Formats: sequence, structure tokens, C-alpha cells
Amino acid sequence: MQVPSHVEYERATSVEHALALLGRPDHQVLAGGHSLIPMMKLRLAQPGVLVDINGLAELAYIKEAGGQLRIGALARHADLLDSAVAGGHFPIFHDAERVVADPIVRLWGTVGGSLCQADPSEDLSAVFAAVRATAVIRGQDGDREIPVRDFHLGPYETVVGPGELLAEIRVPVPAHGGTGSAYEKVARRVGDWSVAAAGAVLQLDQGTVAQAGIGLTAVGAEHFVAAEAEDFLRGRLATEPNFKAAAMIAAEHCHPVADQRGPEDYKRHLVAELTTRALRRAAGRAAGRATERASA
Amino acid sequence: MTMRVAVTVNGTEYARDVEPRLLLIHFLRDELGLTGSHWGCDTSNCGSCVVWLDQRPVKACTVLAAMADGRSVRTVEDLERDGRLDPVQQGFIECHGLQCGFCTPGMMMTARWLLDRNPDPAEAEIREVLSGQVCRCTGYENIVRSVRWAAEHAQGTAT
Repeated sequence: MQVPSHVEYERATSVEHALALLGRPDHQVLAGGHSLIPMMKLRLAQPGVLVDINGLAELAYIKEAGGQLRIGALARHADLLDSAVAGGHFPIFHDAERVVADPIVRLWGTVGGSLCQADPSEDLSAVFAAVRATAVIRGQDGDREIPVRDFHLGPYETVVGPGELLAEIRVPVPAHGGTGSAYEKVARRVGDWSVAAAGAVLQLDQGTVAQAGIGLTAVGAEHFVAAEAEDFLRGRLATEPNFKAAAMIAAEHCHPVADQRGPEDYKRHLVAELTTRALRRAAGRAAGRATERASA
Repeated sequence: MTMRVAVTVNGTEYARDVEPRLLLIHFLRDELGLTGSHWGCDTSNCGSCVVWLDQRPVKACTVLAAMADGRSVRTVEDLERDGRLDPVQQGFIECHGLQCGFCTPGMMMTARWLLDRNPDPAEAEIREVLSGQVCRCTGYENIVRSVRWAAEHAQGTAT
């Protein structure tokens, strides 16, 4: 029987209330709880006081405003999977959410909680890194905006400090039609963590890569990003040989470790293959959207 | 330290003084004596503990009773109404959707939720929604048939 250690419980009634509570020692946010509670049951986490923010409806939204997709930190995985506006701009979100845990867990686990958990095998960190999202962190003195690529300090560690709360994730909406994105994951069974996964965002200009974003999951990529592969692709033609070459660079520069999910060389093989597939699908979608725009 | 937790379970309000670390599944089974929901893997993998919290299924081993304070819970005990089985329950009987029965309460609560949202789900949709729940007896074939049976024999009184 798994029993969390002794803990106290407070329910936040507003964001301001949550921030005041989180400023006290040993207080920790409780959102969906589907990472935190299992860790508490294993005694890997032993917070003194939980601050339940599930009632803060003002943090649960997905909308487009000011040229940006805005995702409230308390939006559930199922909300992101169901969001036409998010999936319309970035199919990568729907690709990834289809393979995050299982449908029941997705009803409760939150987008913000996934980012703040900072698990190296968690899918959305690579996705938000690929789309170059910005995290809005709220404190009692106001908001600060941090690129998601600078959000994680290491495994299970983020820049969110005491008395702060991740409030929103913002993603710039592509200005023109030639943008596509995709996420490819290999797991041992349905609902499991990634053995490895790759996400890609491509902005194409007449067949040339104007901008590329590549995120990697569970393979020790710095900030979940394949920066060297992105640099290689930028300015090159969006062709299969270039995708394969970029994918090889991604596989070479990440740092997978052997564990029960597979040896290092297998994981590098997966990174090369999954990055190629993600780039290929992202390019296909970018071409499709450019066609849609031209015929509209 | 204990706290007062008041939850409306199957339409009845219950209040108990419990530790904040108490999981919802143990609140239901040990505090309220509602043992229909099963306590299985304890790791949010198997789904035998699925109940509804505010109208949505949740794995009750992965939510604190304190989080349910002031909210409503529906368990498998509420599927039968006025001596009439829910079509999902009848479907599990008709199609032999269980053998040992351990996973059945969670399977049925998720199936009821699916059918309320989608009265005529395809087999693939049934398999997808149940993909986070484990059955070691049936190989799932008869569970899928049971849910389809319920869809085909809806009484038009889904709650």
C-alpha cells in the first residue's frame, strides 16, 4: 500500500490567494496531481502543505489573442487535445496529446503541471520547446516571461521560484500559411512514457526552410532542443536528404542513457528515425497549409 | 491533523474527518463502506478504481479525498437505479464482459461516461477510451462487445 507522508492541505480561492500561500515555506502547488501524487505515494516528494489550484477557473483556457495562442496553465491535456484553435495552428499539440498517458489521466493532468514537473521523459516540454513557446510566470510583483527553452534548469527543476506560479504558455501564431508541425513517439506500450520522441516545426518559404524547431523527449537533449539540427536546416531546401542529415545531427548531439527502456545506441537510432518522420510530416503539413491558403 | 471533507457521493452527502493525505479510493471504501470501486495497482495504471468526480472519470487512487471536498462523486453503486441495471451492466452480463470482475467497476464507469457523450461509439473509440484500464481475463474482446451491446440497447434514460 502506497501512502503519502503527512501533509496539510489548502485550497486556493484566487490566483492572488495561491501566490500568497506559495510564498510560505514548504508550500507546493497541487494541480491535476497525476505526477505529484504518485511521487508523494513513493515518498519521492514530501511537501509540507499542498496548495490546490484546481478551483482557479481563470487559469483554465485555450484561446487565440494578440497573434498568440494562449494556454492557461490549468488547461487539461484533454482540453488541448480537443482544442480546434490549438490543433489548427499546431497539429503537433494533437499528435503529442494523443500519446500522453491515457484518456482518463488526460482529463485531470494539466499542461502547466507537465511543464513544471520537468520530467525528462515528459512529452510537452519538447513540444513547447519546438514551437518556441514562452512561459508566463506570475508572482506577487507581477508577471515575468521566460522562453520555454530557458524554463527547465534540469530534471524536475524549473525557473519557477517560491511564491510564483506558472500562469500561461504563449505561442506565436504562424504569420503565413507555410508552417507545419508534427510529433512522433515510440513507447513500449499504450500510455507509457517515451523511449524517445521527436517534435518538429517547419516554416517554409518556397521550399526553403525559413525556420525550424526540433524538440526531443527522453534522450537528454539540452533544454529538450536539437539546436545543431535546427541550425543545419535553416536556409536549406526542405528535402528528404536534408531531413535525414538533420536527424543524424540530432541523434549525434543528444545524450540518451541506457535504462530499462533501451540501450543508448537504440535510442540514438530512434532519434534519427523519429526526427526524420516528424520533419517529413511537418513539411507535408506546411505544404498543405500553403496550398489551402493559396486557394482560399 | 485531520480536516473535514464533505463529498456528495451518488446523490448523498457524506462528511468525515480525515487526514489530507487520504486517497479518494480509500475514503470511498474504508470511510464510506462503498467497496464497489476496487483498489488495484495503486499507480494510476490499471483503472479498476475509476469513479466520476464532477461528472468526469478519474483514477481514485491518484486524487486526494480533500480534493473532492465540496464536489460530487459517482461510483459503480449508482449505475443500478430502482432495481434496473444500467444497460452497461446488462451488456457485461449478456456478452460475458467479465470473468474475475476486478476491473469491471472501473470499466463500466468509463463506458457509461463514453456512452453519455457518444451514444454510438465505434469499436476503436471504445478501445481508445478504455486504453488506460487493464483487464487480465477477457482479452478485452468481450468488454468491447458489452459496451456495444449497451449502445444498441440504450433505454434513452442515460443519466
